[in-house]
Amino acid sequence: MGIIINLASRNVRRHWVRSLLAIIGIMIGVMAIASLGILGNSITILFSGLVTDVSDTLVITPHLVAASGDHFDPRSSIGASISDRDLERITRAAGPNTVIPVVEDGIRIKTADQSGYVMMIALQTEDIQLLLPLDSGVYPKGTGSGCLIGALLAEEFKINAGNSIQVGNESVRVIGVISERGMAIDINPDYAIVVTRDWYEDLSGRQGSTKVLVKVRDINDMNAVKASVDDQMNRQNEKMDIMDSREILELFYETTDAISFFLLGIGGVALLVAGVSILNVMIISVTERTKEIGILRSIGTKKSQIMRIFLYEAFILGVAGAVAGGILSVISGWFISISVADTLLSSFSGGAEIIVFDTSGIGYIIFGMSFGIFTSIVSGLYPAWRASRLNPIEALHYE
Amino acid sequence: MENPSEPEPVMRFTDVTKVYPLPAGDVVALNKISLYIAQGEFIAIMGPSGSGKSTLLNLMGCLDTPTEGELYIKGKRVKGMTDEELTSLRRDHIGFIFQQFNLIPLLTALENVQYPFILKTGAADSKGRSIEVLESMSLETNLFSHKPSELSGGQQQRVAIARALVNDPEILLADEPTGNLDTKTGSAIMELLSDLNRNRGKTIIMVTHDPKIAEYAHRTIRIVDGKIV
Repeated sequence: MGIIINLASRNVRRHWVRSLLAIIGIMIGVMAIASLGILGNSITILFSGLVTDVSDTLVITPHLVAASGDHFDPRSSIGASISDRDLERITRAAGPNTVIPVVEDGIRIKTADQSGYVMMIALQTEDIQLLLPLDSGVYPKGTGSGCLIGALLAEEFKINAGNSIQVGNESVRVIGVISERGMAIDINPDYAIVVTRDWYEDLSGRQGSTKVLVKVRDINDMNAVKASVDDQMNRQNEKMDIMDSREILELFYETTDAISFFLLGIGGVALLVAGVSILNVMIISVTERTKEIGILRSIGTKKSQIMRIFLYEAFILGVAGAVAGGILSVISGWFISISVADTLLSSFSGGAEIIVFDTSGIGYIIFGMSFGIFTSIVSGLYPAWRASRLNPIEALHYE
Repeated sequence: MENPSEPEPVMRFTDVTKVYPLPAGDVVALNKISLYIAQGEFIAIMGPSGSGKSTLLNLMGCLDTPTEGELYIKGKRVKGMTDEELTSLRRDHIGFIFQQFNLIPLLTALENVQYPFILKTGAADSKGRSIEVLESMSLETNLFSHKPSELSGGQQQRVAIARALVNDPEILLADEPTGNLDTKTGSAIMELLSDLNRNRGKTIIMVTHDPKIAEYAHRTIRIVDGKIV
């Protein structure tokens, strides 16, 4: 009813300083929820952008007694290898799916003016084409000695296809630059050089693979292939760790979700404090207006209408705070996104532009605003109920 | 038994008792009061402080209900009514006029009058009923948009009477309506109430300490220690 809203809005304006402070409280709460939500979301999106989805891949590594089996566990870098015999067994177990043996090693490279240790990934010639699209240049053929270079390494060392670099003690021509791939659980060639397996074995004299990838054709067969390899390799004792990239990605998303949830929780506490301030403002308002409530009751205002006057007041404060908070959150969210992108990406992908303020960022703002209004109304419930329960006779004589 | 030829009274009290339970012991504010008020009466209620005048007026205004006895207002039994029903009865049939005027400070003079009308009808006063009532109270039009704090006591009481009348109630309850006014303004307000009683048939029940004011009434009820004497 218009007159009820009218009374509520006039009362909000009557004590405008008090109302403004309550609005600021809600505004801060909404901003905290929205901004922290956006921050968590930005981190998730950024990492998602950095992590390449290789959900069709099983990664098989030698089982290490001390390691946890987690790909990101530093102990996993112990230089154990998978023998050619084991590779054959894995190939048998994998059936028609493609099996890719991988060797990862560290090596020193040198250009005309720079040098340093980088990762060297050795793959069979045909597997290189399967795994790694090129930005420029060509793929190595046969047992060719030419190497490929990761996009970020090429950028940092200013190497183009056609240049020659020194790899170990050999001078090698860079024949292609690999497209930026992002982090993945199988191989990470962005800061690496990629060579053919034959060339690597000639150079190092080493046999065996550090890991084996199985590209599963039909993603529904993942569990079956995983079980088959596990049965083949680990029947008697645990020899291989078999990782399903989906599990790792799930773990990763669970982690980022937990971060987002924690940040939202901090925002929620801020809003709770704002809610208490509204509760306080409204209790004072009910006490101050006791006589007015008595008058309203005596001229025929029902309890439910009295309750609505106060709930509308809480609603008005909530909406004002939520709208102000929402607008400021759009601005702060934008800055947060930019700064997260700058901080996390400047050292990683050469400042590549990634949009982090997406629809779920807007979702957090809407969520923050809705939660702000909800908190305000909930905070107004008790004072409104108290106002409606006042004895009209006592209220009329209250001074 | 009532005479069947008599019109239905606007109010009928039969052995009404009101007791306020207090920690120090029950306080009997009204003790077996029986009272019959016909349509169109102008009644003054007089008595010393604490005699039960206000309690009687509160019961008449459905702000309170009897502890014992029966009270009928406009033929409706008040005992057992819900708060919602009591509020509707008060809104539709009873107008209140207070010593302190009790206008809503947030609303203008006109809005104060419109408020009960909107409460009753649920719609805006598009036909200008509130303006009409305010004009009949001889309030200058330029004061309609003034807040109560910008009006004199007499002007505020005129607005309060207009508010009491806007829903065209049969009963007007006045609690010391001239108590906060000077003699001249008080007399003008009493003339206004007399006119409402005489020419518009309103039943007026007025609490007063002032015998001169009580002279405007047709009947005076004296109450002492919760009993009519």
